[in-house]
Amino acid sequence: MIADKTVLSVSGLCKQYGAKSAVDNVSFKVKPNEIIGLLGPNGAGKTTTISMILGVLEPSAGTIVIEGVDLREKRSQALLNTNFTAVYAPLPGNLTVLENLHIFGLLYGVNDLPQRIKSLLKQFDLEAFQNTKCGALSSGEQTRVSLAKAMLNRPHLLLLDEPTASLDPATAREIRAKIRAFTSEGTGGVLWTSHNMHEVEDVCDRVLFLSHGKILLEGNPKTLPSEHGKKNLEDLFVAVAREPLTLQNG
Amino acid sequence: MSFKRIVAIVLRQYYLMRGSPARILPLFIWVGIDIVLWGFMTRYMNTFSSAGMNFVPVILGAVLLWDFCIRIMQGVTMAFFEDVWSRNFLNIFATPLLIAEYISGLVVSSVMTSSIGIVVMLVLAMGVFGLSFFIYGLMVIPFFLILFLFGIALGILGCTIVLRLGPAAEWFIWPIPAMIAPFVGVFYPVSILPAWMRMISALLPPSYVFEGVRAIVSGGVFSGTSLVLGAGLSVFYVVLSGYFFTKTYHHAVRTGLIARYSAENLG
Repeated sequence: MIADKTVLSVSGLCKQYGAKSAVDNVSFKVKPNEIIGLLGPNGAGKTTTISMILGVLEPSAGTIVIEGVDLREKRSQALLNTNFTAVYAPLPGNLTVLENLHIFGLLYGVNDLPQRIKSLLKQFDLEAFQNTKCGALSSGEQTRVSLAKAMLNRPHLLLLDEPTASLDPATAREIRAKIRAFTSEGTGGVLWTSHNMHEVEDVCDRVLFLSHGKILLEGNPKTLPSEHGKKNLEDLFVAVAREPLTLQNG
Repeated sequence: MSFKRIVAIVLRQYYLMRGSPARILPLFIWVGIDIVLWGFMTRYMNTFSSAGMNFVPVILGAVLLWDFCIRIMQGVTMAFFEDVWSRNFLNIFATPLLIAEYISGLVVSSVMTSSIGIVVMLVLAMGVFGLSFFIYGLMVIPFFLILFLFGIALGILGCTIVLRLGPAAEWFIWPIPAMIAPFVGVFYPVSILPAWMRMISALLPPSYVFEGVRAIVSGGVFSGTSLVLGAGLSVFYVVLSGYFFTKTYHHAVRTGLIARYSAENLG
């Protein structure tokens, strides 16, 4: 058997809610050490795609293969080396930072858990808050805890749904640096959604523009705008949001 | 099945319980009040009973056994509700956790939390009101086992209802034991029930336990077959409730309810 070098392989992914198509025939791959930006206006299908990759939403059609393991057939095994953070999924606010990390470390089967937690608390500057309940933290601190949780199992596939949305610019920059280090030092691949186009341009190796559930454009965030006659990624984003048909036909 | 993942669910419950009087006090306050209330009631009943009939093992024993069943049920549902209240479904079900591991974790959490209430009940019933389990003999083991299994089945059923109908359906769960109690004959023999209620009663495992309690205390004959039937029904309901929970979970994954649980109904 040939070793599968793809971290994530999504093929023909569809999600239908009655007559409405939330995700329509989406296919893409994430390779090791690669950061892929999943972009698009609200309701484009980004979170639906991420939910399906996380196994919490069943696709209407298509396949999701994580490191050669089909998610539909072996969900638990496929998710063992996957992790995520999302602004809409904060960790339980009635548990402390340490308790949350301990519980999720066990759920992900992390070896040498106390040592791993200690190192993540240091890495994300959370040592002072380790015994603070997550609900009492500021939104930026909560984001850092969620990121620490997302790194617990040294994931090979990391899904980040607007990870820096509630962070101040300085902290957001630090977080971006940490995630870049994560991909360059290890073998992990990242799927990243953000509405901050400067961030995307700075961090992502490749972007996918989603509109009405379909991938409209794909390419290098640094060259894609000029390829479509736009000044920058933000202009391209606005065009995708407002005139998707023009871009599709162009 | 991963032992670590089951431990994670149990540990979460332990972390929530420690230092939380709002969670610890209800574990024994209500059962304690129940035992005190029925303890004095049985004492009073003993004062006018004929031929020295002792109501303590019949009524107080039955109350204790029924409270045990309810506590087991509530232990399972409460552990599940913690995920509902903290909107934790997305985080927890996006991990490698299997449904069987999750349910096992809820059951072990229930055993852990219920044992506190049971100890309080036993201390009060035996120490203050003179209830002795020796009167039931070895039968006390299958009695507790049947009620334990049925409590788990009811607990999983409660989780299933809330998973399917959303957080507001929590209201449906609390009255379940009160709705079942008239059919299982906690305080009276099933024979006094009308025929249609007796039919339902025959399908409920606790009926066999409470009939057994009364038969033993009155010195009558108690068939082991009915205990086997009660145990078999309990096992059947545990399997059935587990099956429905799994089906409901898959429905929630298909419709997107797990990812957006607070929306309550997307199907």
